[in-house]
Amino acid sequence: MEPSALVRELFAWAHADAAGLMASVLALPVLVPLLGALFAFVMRRWAAAIGLVTLLALLATVLLLIPWLLGAGAQGLAVGGWGAPLGVDLYADGLSLAMLLMTAVVGLGISLYAHSYFRADPIREQAFWPLWLLLLTALNALFLSRDLFNLYVTLEILGLSAVALTALAGGAKALVGAMRYLLVSLLGSLAYLLGIALLYHAYATVDLALLAARIDAAPATWAALALMSAGLILKTALFPLHFWLPPAHASAAAPVSAALSALVIKGSYYLLVRIWLELVQVQSDGVATFLGLLGAGAVLWGSIQALVQTRLKLLIAYSTVAQIGYLFLAFPLAAGTGGLAWSGALYLALSHALAKAAMFLAAGNLLRFGGHDRIADLDRVVQRLPLSMAAFALAGVSIIGLPPSGGFIGKWLLLEAALSTGRWGWGIVIMLGGVLAATYVFKVVGFAFTQAEHPHQAQRVPATMEWVAFALAVAAVLLGFLVAQPLMLLEIGDPFAAHVGGMGP
Amino acid sequence: MSLEAWIPLLVLCSSLLPGLMIFGLDESRVRLRTTLNLGGALTKLALVGVMFWGVSQGIEYEVRISFLPGLDLALRAGPLALLFLVLSSLLWLVTTIYAIGYLEGSPHRSRFFGFFSLCVTATVGVAMAADLLTFLLFYELLTLATYPLVVHRGTEVARRAGQVYLAYTIGGGALMLFGIVWLYTLTGTLEFTPLGFVSELDPTTHPALILIFIFLITGLGVKAALVPLHVWLPMAMVAPAPVSALLHAVAVVKAGAFGIVRVVYEVFGVEFSAGLGVTLPLAVLASITILYGSLRALFQDDLKRRLAFSTVSQVSYIVLGVAIASPIATVGGLVHLIHQGLMKITLFFCAGNLAETLGVHKVSEMNGAGQRMPWTMVAFTVGAFGMIGAPPVAGFITKWYLGLGALDAGQHWVLLVLATSSLLNAAYFLPILHAAWFREPPAQWPAERSLGRGETSRALLWPPIITAVAALLAGLLASLPFSPLEWARFIAEREFRPL
Repeated sequence: MEPSALVRELFAWAHADAAGLMASVLALPVLVPLLGALFAFVMRRWAAAIGLVTLLALLATVLLLIPWLLGAGAQGLAVGGWGAPLGVDLYADGLSLAMLLMTAVVGLGISLYAHSYFRADPIREQAFWPLWLLLLTALNALFLSRDLFNLYVTLEILGLSAVALTALAGGAKALVGAMRYLLVSLLGSLAYLLGIALLYHAYATVDLALLAARIDAAPATWAALALMSAGLILKTALFPLHFWLPPAHASAAAPVSAALSALVIKGSYYLLVRIWLELVQVQSDGVATFLGLLGAGAVLWGSIQALVQTRLKLLIAYSTVAQIGYLFLAFPLAAGTGGLAWSGALYLALSHALAKAAMFLAAGNLLRFGGHDRIADLDRVVQRLPLSMAAFALAGVSIIGLPPSGGFIGKWLLLEAALSTGRWGWGIVIMLGGVLAATYVFKVVGFAFTQAEHPHQAQRVPATMEWVAFALAVAAVLLGFLVAQPLMLLEIGDPFAAHVGGMGP
Repeated sequence: MSLEAWIPLLVLCSSLLPGLMIFGLDESRVRLRTTLNLGGALTKLALVGVMFWGVSQGIEYEVRISFLPGLDLALRAGPLALLFLVLSSLLWLVTTIYAIGYLEGSPHRSRFFGFFSLCVTATVGVAMAADLLTFLLFYELLTLATYPLVVHRGTEVARRAGQVYLAYTIGGGALMLFGIVWLYTLTGTLEFTPLGFVSELDPTTHPALILIFIFLITGLGVKAALVPLHVWLPMAMVAPAPVSALLHAVAVVKAGAFGIVRVVYEVFGVEFSAGLGVTLPLAVLASITILYGSLRALFQDDLKRRLAFSTVSQVSYIVLGVAIASPIATVGGLVHLIHQGLMKITLFFCAGNLAETLGVHKVSEMNGAGQRMPWTMVAFTVGAFGMIGAPPVAGFITKWYLGLGALDAGQHWVLLVLATSSLLNAAYFLPILHAAWFREPPAQWPAERSLGRGETSRALLWPPIITAVAALLAGLLASLPFSPLEWARFIAEREFRPL
């Protein structure tokens, strides 16, 4: 056959099956890192190269999805042609897409960083890549699934690969942290699984859409939802179930800390939001207020704990505890303001991912540079390691929520939701958290200007590691300028609209 | 975009881009850094000059980009913005020259000048902000850009001062944000409008409006150093002298005072504010600040601290002029924005010269300074007389209009405040002048250095002389067109309903 005929043939085939072909693109964010993980595991010597290529491919796939979904709205894919309730359904709306994009961008940054970070340590490097790619697979699958049991599977893989990555740092501290993380993760999954069992028993399905149509406010439903929520809250480290997070996040290697704080906890949070939006709805004011109160507790307690830390990585970890709290303020605030509060919380989640990754990576640079992370002995790093310090400060600007930054937009939307309905208490919590965040961020920045009593021998920090941290921080700030586009993205398929289904009053 | 839209952006960029480039420069590239600094400052001055001419011809320069749903980021250069723009771009040029001379040979200059430029970018942004959201953005940027300058020296004292500075400014910023979002939920707009945009609201919202007013003024009062929110200002004196000049005359306290002007005139409207009953408490607070600052200044031996408390006092003249709620007092308050800037920057330059050349930091060490550094002390004398309010220096014009305005509004007690404050000003400035001119110099100065052939280096000497002459001219030529006074009248006419 002539080449041109072949091309024509291909075109005709593609055209006929364009819709189906396009829909299967939806599976790529899961398939790409999965293949990457397998290859990185088998071809260990090439693990880093495979990892970087995988991340680039992943980002390209997600970027490909954006214009498609913007044009065509939310999309579903029945993998292998088997639909619900039997097959594995994938579904992507604006919320999933935003999460996928966040994962791909932050993931690429972390990967570039890890490439330099582990260069001198081939054993850790070869262990890191397959686990890291597996973690991304699980996370992407979680963002695309619509079936509570599949979600359980993704959650379990996510947890296990995260624990293994935590332990990678070695040393007693990291092992203890990882061990505690493992137990918590298993406990959380177990609670979640019990909940699913109850739901399946009652409604004979685990598909979210079908459940939403069938569910009613029976005691068994409430028990199931309570169990699932408790499990997810534990995994998200919402106050007061946050005890496991600081040791695990602070003792891990820098790229792993960044991944855990920026991405992993967002997985279980996303799932909680989904379940809430689809199944629970606004009728349950009491539960929403309860979640909000826990969030407020997290904002205040986490910030105060961050403030008293003397170690940089622990400070950042407690800051994560506080910032998770903000995400839960949307539950009570959504009543009456709907999309506004959810957009605010999700905007905070996205900018926190960028900013917190930048912070942990910058902290990793400072740790490598000075050989320690005692805040009071930072020893003029503002002059000696300016790029990393700038990354930390810019990321801090977003965490505090100063304009212009992604954090500011998120807080503005949440605050608007609170004040437009006259709920001052939540507004005050939002402001207080910002002021406290400023205090702990600038505690670090202040000591970066002063001289330490006992100077240390400085180690060289590779330029890539500095620039990646800086670029992520700049991205967090830029998210405060380009507001319309992310908000438009979030609205694809109207994920925050009140659904017709869900439980009645 | 039209030319009218480009100019405000270019004004921002004329300091933003040089600033960003300077961050990347090696310490040793002195010549390039100086070129960037001065080039940016001159470009900005030229652009502001063009806009000044345009605005006096009735052109408004505006640019906006969409931001949050329903809210834009917008810059607009009208008469009020130009008042602050001219001041800050002129004084930035002078301060840059001074800083180049002052910091010659000291470490970390790229970092210093980088943040210095960011600081001015934020200031012109504050001046041109067309709505409260844009204002807040630049106001917070100003906080962030000045912090590294305050802690520049990297000592433990500097770090503490920086923490205090941030505690106050971030706290104030948070209150402002709260007030702004609240206001937005009531009005659905944040755009600055002559005569304000809240007067149409339902009377049931008036208690909320009073609270919002308190939040906004508290947030702004931190930077304007209203008592009791002034604590950070004397502490921030640990920074190098050009930074003090910047904090006190060009950027920070001025941004606060300017914000109060914006909020009272173009958010609430001054007559509506008076109707709400919030201007009288503000006038009382400003008066307390004026007297308290002067009293504290009286007891400071450290020259820079004395000047700092004097700033606390003087900036509140602007607030007082706003709060008296009379057109004539408004003229006095607005024009003091310029006058205080010119006079106070002169005094800080002179204090810096004394410290750099002679090692003199204390008032008690200033005996005979006039003989050793006559030109510096002449400039200092002009600034001091201006602060006291002696004619023909600019400060006199301010006090004259404030007094007239108070009589016009029937608030006679203000005259007493003005008189007492002038007495106190005299009491803490005249002994300095007496010591400097009429006492014998000591056998040896604390730490004398030879900087050039004259009394000190030229880069240090010319800036205070230029600003002192400007302060003198602003007073002497006050009735000429385009003088600060005439411009302030031009603005005041827009902010009051015609009778």
